[in-house]
Amino acid sequence: MLDLILQGCFFVVGLALLMNLYAAIRGPSVIDRLLALDTMYINSIALLLLYGIYLGTSLNFEVALLIAMLGFVSTVAVCKFLLRGDIIE
Amino acid sequence: MNSLKKWWPTPVRSLFLFLVWLLLNNSVEFFHLFFGLVLAWLIPQLIHKFRLIQPGMKNPGAALRYGFMVLWDIVVANMQVVKLVLGPNKRLRPAFIKIPLDLTDNLSITILASTVSLTPGTVSAEVLALNVGVDEPRYLLVHVLDLADEAELIQQVKQRYEAPLKEIF
Amino acid sequence: MSWLEWLVALLAVAGSLFVLLGSFALVKLPDFYTRLHGPTKATTLGLGALVLASMVYFNFVKAELSLQQLLIALFLFITAPITAHMLIKAALHLKLKTSASTSGKQNADL
Repeated sequence: MLDLILQGCFFVVGLALLMNLYAAIRGPSVIDRLLALDTMYINSIALLLLYGIYLGTSLNFEVALLIAMLGFVSTVAVCKFLLRGDIIE
Repeated sequence: MNSLKKWWPTPVRSLFLFLVWLLLNNSVEFFHLFFGLVLAWLIPQLIHKFRLIQPGMKNPGAALRYGFMVLWDIVVANMQVVKLVLGPNKRLRPAFIKIPLDLTDNLSITILASTVSLTPGTVSAEVLALNVGVDEPRYLLVHVLDLADEAELIQQVKQRYEAPLKEIF
Repeated sequence: MSWLEWLVALLAVAGSLFVLLGSFALVKLPDFYTRLHGPTKATTLGLGALVLASMVYFNFVKAELSLQQLLIALFLFITAPITAHMLIKAALHLKLKTSASTSGKQNADL
């Protein structure tokens, strides 16, 4: 039963990821796309957490942490580039 | 005492690093304990020269209460956002408003801005310090998803979030 | 299924729905500034719920100590407002258009 519910959750989060993809393609500005990509990062962490429960393994959490860090750093770096035209001043 | 200060310049940070290292490895084996201790000693040694002195906490109990209040407010705020997002777009009343700040030091302004972003239908955009002097008026520029009454919202933020922060620092 | 497993299921469903809502807001709302509200709030809370679900599952249902998920939640709750702040700062810098009904534009120099 729990497996079935978790599969439903996969579907819901997958739908959310597709919506993000649509938002990233539609734009219209660079920052809209950036926001959509950042949300995609967070949603893939959600997917990894769910998959960890589904498989009953805690190995996924390290991957989730890495994705969280990469997502944060890359988003902030692009924002900084848009703000100043330079990342490391 | 002096040598203790020299070896452990920031004890709270060292403890935090140690705990984070253990959480990261998800174990309390001897090797991880030992290596965590090494890191908790080494990292503050390397970085404490670059440290900006932040004001210490005066009232840890109030800080804890503040944390739980914010967690609860996040849940409540999300219920409001659910209602607003599922409703028609025409009913939204988005707005930019300025919230005058009484806080002066950077750490508490940062915490206030983060809290405002996470809670009641608002995202903080910029800290406007017109002149950088300590006594000059400062504002927090905030984007609101659905603004009913500007004065009431400012009052709410000041009372609910700024007042306890003044108590903590 | 025990009540603990039901609790896990409830938290997982609530979390995924909040994540979906965050993305839905991204697609539906009219301009960038309003869209930003979805991912910063709904998605963060959704992930909080999912982290809670996996904590309950590993610590109580499977009864093996696992607190690593706490780090994910901690990290996300610290970084979400910072990301939002940087994004809206960049948007103000590029003077993105707001929807017509936005009031107080003079506050933001738009």
